Amino acid sequence: MRYWRANAVFMAVLLTVWAVVGLGCGVLFADSLNGMTVGGFPLGFWFAQQGSIISFVLLIFVYALGMNWLDRRYRDDAESDGE
Amino acid sequence: MDLKSWTLLFVGFTFTLYLFIAWRSRVRDTSGFYVAGRGVPAAANGMATAADWMSAASFLSMAGLISIMGYSGCVYLMGWTGGYVLLALLLAPYLRKSGNYTVPDFVGDRYDSNVARMVAVVCAIFVSFTYVAGQMRGVGIVFSRFLEVDINVGVLIGMAIVFVYATLGGMKGITWTQVAQYWVIITAFLIPAVAISIKLTGHAMPQIGMGSELLGGTATLLDKLDQIQSDLGFGSYTEPFIGAMWDKTNVFCTALALMAGTAGLPHVIVRFYTVKNVRAARWSAFWALLFISILYLTAPATAAFARYYMIDSLDGKSAQELPGWFEGWEKTNLIIWLDDGDGRVQYRGANPKDGRENEIFRRGKLEGAEVAAIREGHNEWLASGGPENSPAAQGADGRAVLRDLKLSGPDRDIIVLASPEMAELSTWIIALVAAGGLAAALSTASGLLLVISSSVAHDVYYKVVNPQATERQRLRVGRIVIGFAVVIAGLFGIFPPGFVSQVVAFAFGLAAASFFPALVLGIFSRRVGTVPAVAGMICGIGFTASYIIGSVYGGMDAWCFGIGAQGIGVVGMVINFAVTISLMPFCPAPPARVQALLDDIRSPEAEDA
Repeated sequence: MRYWRANAVFMAVLLTVWAVVGLGCGVLFADSLNGMTVGGFPLGFWFAQQGSIISFVLLIFVYALGMNWLDRRYRDDAESDGE
Repeated sequence: MDLKSWTLLFVGFTFTLYLFIAWRSRVRDTSGFYVAGRGVPAAANGMATAADWMSAASFLSMAGLISIMGYSGCVYLMGWTGGYVLLALLLAPYLRKSGNYTVPDFVGDRYDSNVARMVAVVCAIFVSFTYVAGQMRGVGIVFSRFLEVDINVGVLIGMAIVFVYATLGGMKGITWTQVAQYWVIITAFLIPAVAISIKLTGHAMPQIGMGSELLGGTATLLDKLDQIQSDLGFGSYTEPFIGAMWDKTNVFCTALALMAGTAGLPHVIVRFYTVKNVRAARWSAFWALLFISILYLTAPATAAFARYYMIDSLDGKSAQELPGWFEGWEKTNLIIWLDDGDGRVQYRGANPKDGRENEIFRRGKLEGAEVAAIREGHNEWLASGGPENSPAAQGADGRAVLRDLKLSGPDRDIIVLASPEMAELSTWIIALVAAGGLAAALSTASGLLLVISSSVAHDVYYKVVNPQATERQRLRVGRIVIGFAVVIAGLFGIFPPGFVSQVVAFAFGLAAASFFPALVLGIFSRRVGTVPAVAGMICGIGFTASYIIGSVYGGMDAWCFGIGAQGIGVVGMVINFAVTISLMPFCPAPPARVQALLDDIRSPEAEDA
């Protein structure tokens, strides 16, 4: 079950990023981040309406890449163990 | 050509295209009917999921909502995209690996119980019907606004189209039609957004234009918008947590409830059953969110541009100076101007710096005759001396009447529908927006109807009522159910129950409090058995439903940490998790059959799958 554990750790890391960027920067710290302005946007507002969505797309991209790699690796292991 | 001919041309062309695709992808077996033969490529499934997801509400109303809500509009943007991360990481790959046809099917197998299966069927059907009613209504509204036919005739035309391609092609027909519909939706949304961005800021990327300086000015768009909004009494556009309705707790809970609800909506999950294997399911979640994000990253820009443009082109203007689009939409009463006698528009919020009263309103649910009566009373009131002469004046101040009805400000749907006119684009682009609105409504409606059909025909008829049914019988039942569902959905569109518009938003709260915890625990815990899961679902949905009904209809106080009805699904979800986990040690673990299923979905996929 090393595969399942690796899967769970990977997922927990990505979900932490999801929570920090989306709900953290976009909502919980939005008022303090709004003190900074980047590219014409108050930062908290940018995270809430643009940055969070961009990070969500990237997170799923990284997940698909990572999990498909894990699948391949552990499938090969399982096959060589079994023989 | 005028707008009506262009609209007819676009709508006729797109509808023919949908029917042609349906004919090409008609199916003969249940696998094709329910899950498109599991042969849909990941990117195509991503487009179909995006079209399925972007409803009439996302297309027509969301930008308008953000435009009015400012920062707080992020609950919809984040909620309806962030849910895909939960879906992609926690649910989609495992559900695909389980090899089921529907969500209730997985629930029934995992919890090894037909009771759990039926609870899931009822939830799926309830969520889908509340949702689909709004879509059929949306079809009718687009038809009536652009083609001047009766709303009900519009609903009937929409029903006929969906009926043909859903019964012919099932999931396969729906999927490929949705791929075509995606391109109609996204083109129709992007062209006006880019045009208005170039017009206001000179940037072709709306997402960059939104943060840029206004052409011919010195301030950035957002700075200027913040300043005008505060001057006119609307409250800053970018500042978070203004007012009690959208304080930090409520923004947080609503965003989270929409996210968990998105991940638990059956018509979205079922799309991941249509791809070839688990790897494709993961990629297809990525493509889906990528395609969705194109619209969701543009909508806030459209919202800010339209907000600025609307205030700038209305406030302080005389009747002659008003832009052309104003007149067209004033006829529909979606925007109403009741002057105070100085001949100039004042568009104001709750506490403007100059203390003047707002003169811009909308019809809301009022009939045309009622609006006309209010106008007449208002004119009489003005003619008899108005404010100087009160209380002796005749008639009634229409501004006070509409303000008390909470109808201040223009209708939010105008923002998207009028954005091509605001950007002074040609009529054919306005017609394209009409076709886009129809595509958004039809694509979502068809996906939902299939969920209803498969829940009844597969989970109720085949799994419970008649397990010996042949392939042909099952297919026939699936087609008959989808036909019935179209008719019921159409009836909901023609006679909209008053509660529907509110219920749609709450469908997310209910999905968050019922499906989401049951599915997540079903995958990630080996120990959770039938009783804790069903008890958790019932407690979660019971609490959420009663809180929503109590606070919306019963005038109940928001006693639970001040959380409003929209965000309460989060509390329901926590209750569901808590009940399930605390009952778990006292109830038997799932049998060996279920353990084998869990072993299978938790191991890497074989090479040739």
